[in-house]
Amino acid sequence: MTNLEKYDQLFLRAFRVKPEDLPTLKYRGIPLWDSLGHMDLMGDLEETFQISLSTVDVLDFSSYEKGKEVLAKYGVEL
Amino acid sequence: MTIDLNTLLQFRAYSLPCPEKQAIYASLLTQLTQFHRTHCPAYGRLLQALGCPEHMECTVENTPMLPVSIFKELELRSVPEEEIFKTVTSSGTTGQQVSKIFLDADTSAVQQRALSGIMADLLGEHRLPYLVLDSKRVLRDRAMFSARGAGVLGFSVFGSKTCYALDQHMELDLDGVRAFLEAHQGEPIFLFGFTYIIWRHVIRVLEERGETLSIPKGILLHGGGWKKLASEAVSPQEFKARIHAVTGIEQVRNYYGMAEQTGCIYLECPQGHLHASIWSDVVVRRWRDYSPCDVGEPGLIQVLSPLPHSYPGHSLLTEDLGVLLGEDDCPCGRAGKYFQVTGRAPRAEVRGCSDTYEG
Repeated sequence: MTNLEKYDQLFLRAFRVKPEDLPTLKYRGIPLWDSLGHMDLMGDLEETFQISLSTVDVLDFSSYEKGKEVLAKYGVEL
Repeated sequence: MTIDLNTLLQFRAYSLPCPEKQAIYASLLTQLTQFHRTHCPAYGRLLQALGCPEHMECTVENTPMLPVSIFKELELRSVPEEEIFKTVTSSGTTGQQVSKIFLDADTSAVQQRALSGIMADLLGEHRLPYLVLDSKRVLRDRAMFSARGAGVLGFSVFGSKTCYALDQHMELDLDGVRAFLEAHQGEPIFLFGFTYIIWRHVIRVLEERGETLSIPKGILLHGGGWKKLASEAVSPQEFKARIHAVTGIEQVRNYYGMAEQTGCIYLECPQGHLHASIWSDVVVRRWRDYSPCDVGEPGLIQVLSPLPHSYPGHSLLTEDLGVLLGEDDCPCGRAGKYFQVTGRAPRAEVRGCSDTYEG
């Protein structure tokens, strides 16, 4: 699986959305991506990509697309 | 000096000495009072009833204040109902009314940023392994957050690899905690919990069982007070000593805060003083006429913050008693006011974050 596929999988599984929903998916845009869902997602990302996100980046991770920029800072190319 | 809230959020948490802070607050509080007056009709009527003039030049000391209990009686919001995405309820025990605080995305985001700025002072920029001295059960209902759940979750941004020390029956999961500590040996650990939960379900339990944990690099943040366990309350010094004896934790910090002004908590410094960050301020007031107390004179605590936008909670008279200890001159070096909370106002309902637990 490529990094992008892994990244997508985490969203699809956590938020039960369809692949076509991903590009517009935003934090707090759907009920499951609330603060609780957010922290679970952060934990899953850290485990999947073996990284440790800073507090600022956890707060900056505001959408599916924005998340790609955040991960790039940690050397995770999607 | 006028700056907007976003600029203020860029500054470090304890970086504004009195004259600058007073000037910035005068401008922000004036705008905010006007905003809420225009957008929350009930708030406007309250100000009218208080005899406040149409346009007020507000300062930290003359901004109209609402009693914190008003959120139990009135549903106060300053943005359209459809923009509210979360309602935080505060400290209701059975038979008592709960406060309802309406948050929109912006208010919640600025509260989170303020909290991050304050916590960076304690933990640094990196997220640490997070040991919650509570049960995962407090998170169960997402729509109606209890103050305890909001606390555990609010601080989870600063943690990674979360472990809950108490199981769903509020029993200490010693094996689980030891496995967690084993996995993070040598690392700093961030621990969070409510004072009386920690006392009853962690400290007392370890003492009674004759067990100890080894968390020498732990940083423990606790808040919420004793309230219903007031008869068991021990001094801050004894609390720290007893924690240290059973866990080895050296850094134990209390905080004062409330759901009505989430985010801008007052964190205890190494000197044992609670500090106002640049995102909120306190005024201690005389019981008889609400005039500001002198340093060292006990009174009722008023809290002010430029953060609340979706509800008119920028200036609140609490039901807590306290003493202002000084401003800008704490030996710890932090700028801003520092104070002590000494108890509850006599006629106030028994209330405290940890009180939502009925166990």
